Amino acid sequence: MNDQKKIDRTRRKLLVATSVVGGAASVGAAAPFVASMWPSERAKAAGAPVDVDLSRVGPGELAVIEWRGKPVWVLRRTKEMLEAIKQVDARVSDPKSEVDQQPKYAANEFRSLKPELLVLVGVCTHLGCSPQLKTAEAKAEMGADWNGGFYCPCHGSKFDLAGRVYRGSPAPTNLVVPPYEFLSDNALKIGEDKETKGA
Amino acid sequence: MASRLWSWIDSRMPSLGEEWRKHAAEYYAPKNFDFWYFFGSLALLVLVIQIVSGIFLTMNYKPDAGLAFGSVEYIMRDVPGGWIIRYIHSTGASAFFIVVYLHMFRAMLYGSHKEPRELVWIFGMLIYLTLMGEAFFGYLLPWGQMSYWGAQVIVNLFGTVPFIGPDLALWIRGDYVVSDVTLNRFFALHVIAFPLVLLGLVVVHIMALHDVGSNNPDGVDIKKYKDSSGRPLDGIPFHPYYTVKDLMGAVMFLAIFCFVMFFIPEVGGYFLEYNNFIPADPLKTPQHIAPVWYFTPYYSVLRAVPPLFHSQFPGVLAMGAAVLILFFLPWLDRSPVRSIRYRGPRYKSALAIFIVVFLILGFLGTEPTTVWGQFGFEAFFLDTKERATWAARLCTLAYFLFFILMPWYTARDKVKPVPERVTH
Repeated sequence: MNDQKKIDRTRRKLLVATSVVGGAASVGAAAPFVASMWPSERAKAAGAPVDVDLSRVGPGELAVIEWRGKPVWVLRRTKEMLEAIKQVDARVSDPKSEVDQQPKYAANEFRSLKPELLVLVGVCTHLGCSPQLKTAEAKAEMGADWNGGFYCPCHGSKFDLAGRVYRGSPAPTNLVVPPYEFLSDNALKIGEDKETKGA
Repeated sequence: MASRLWSWIDSRMPSLGEEWRKHAAEYYAPKNFDFWYFFGSLALLVLVIQIVSGIFLTMNYKPDAGLAFGSVEYIMRDVPGGWIIRYIHSTGASAFFIVVYLHMFRAMLYGSHKEPRELVWIFGMLIYLTLMGEAFFGYLLPWGQMSYWGAQVIVNLFGTVPFIGPDLALWIRGDYVVSDVTLNRFFALHVIAFPLVLLGLVVVHIMALHDVGSNNPDGVDIKKYKDSSGRPLDGIPFHPYYTVKDLMGAVMFLAIFCFVMFFIPEVGGYFLEYNNFIPADPLKTPQHIAPVWYFTPYYSVLRAVPPLFHSQFPGVLAMGAAVLILFFLPWLDRSPVRSIRYRGPRYKSALAIFIVVFLILGFLGTEPTTVWGQFGFEAFFLDTKERATWAARLCTLAYFLFFILMPWYTARDKVKPVPERVTH
């Protein structure tokens, strides 16, 4: 052995190279572990579209359908409900649905394909709780100026009957409209539309 | 016989005796430890309680969304002694945070975070963070309504991060909503990953402490005055003096612990929330969601910040900052003295306000934002008329000011002279 304090450059190089390669290998070895935490094929398959029979949803009624494990609301709005939406334009923070929370075909006044039929993901855009339908009759509970809409029990966010968020709510944006299409007058498919099919 | 056995071991493995002497028999701790010094050893005790009770719970618990809730009820009703093990674990979770909060408060009282113990403080903070994760993962396991919706809310906090948020939340859940997949991985993290990290951190926390030596209620350095054999004059060996003292603390602690466990295990919905006795329902959020009490101060901070630029992220950022700012305490505190006994009125009042603010935030976090009613007037600056939201905003501001202004009010405080030796 060489007792001198001289650094053996060749060996040092080999050491550095080994460490770098070893380090890269360890990082690479983490890849399958990180990947294993993404949704599995089964979880992805469970995210398939669902069909809804609309004949069982009467005027003013709300149906809750499970899609991707989330509640999706289908609300058949009455004329009075649509009127109520028009009245609150000044009190909601994004009246024209400018923030991208819906497919293009739902970026309109009533946030839907057909004005009377509202389809929304029933998950609050604040932190994911499920808001509750409070009709205009719930004035005693919601205050005299309540015009009907949805109320989130977790942090008190308020939405109108088109899922538009009221100013001053903790929720930053309108409720999400999922992709959907009508197969016929009484059959609705949630989770798929012409655009997602084309893609 | 015993001494011959010991010398047989000692000659083959001398490090065993060395470690014992280094950390117990010849670890000289200041002789003036008071009540506040119980909480370090108590935290260690609770850690052991949690690990042991946890091992026995896993023998009957099923980490499956279809079976989890039922298996917890099975433990409570059919497993011999199961109810007691489960209550030990649930009471232990809250007890852990109580002793850790008091342990941290002790540091703030006596300046234990100050030079040269910054690393001790940082490792302690890492323990606190890991403990929060551990508690959060564990809370999902009973698969009750609060488990489910609490996890939903907290995972969605990560979803608010700009750009990567939605993917990050998806990756954490492993599904589009909190589901069986999420439960399964949280179980893995709760029973093995985080406990291992916790144990490792506890070891380095104690190693770092024993390298620099313990602080004391006077905040003086006991290593300045040593006897002829190099032992600090104001120090006493940890064993047997403090092992006996801590044993006494453990007895008192266990008496209270057992009282809670046997007579009021739910503590009025604070240790075990009532909604968690209802199985998780992904389609229906309970009327009122609140995290368990130990997270509520930060939860209040989250709720206090209104959305900015159509994003919830600022609130999440404020909540994260409220926890992380504690890491910087050793450098924010510019006081020339350590202990509260010799600090001036400014730090004393700041600390008192901080404690009150922390408690108010904690209380508000357990309640709906409507708890204190609404202001009766309209004003242009009021985006919400809820009194509680405004109270939380003021407290959040005070919380951060305590830290942000600390370099100034501690440096200019009127401190008293510190004695050369400990006072008792």
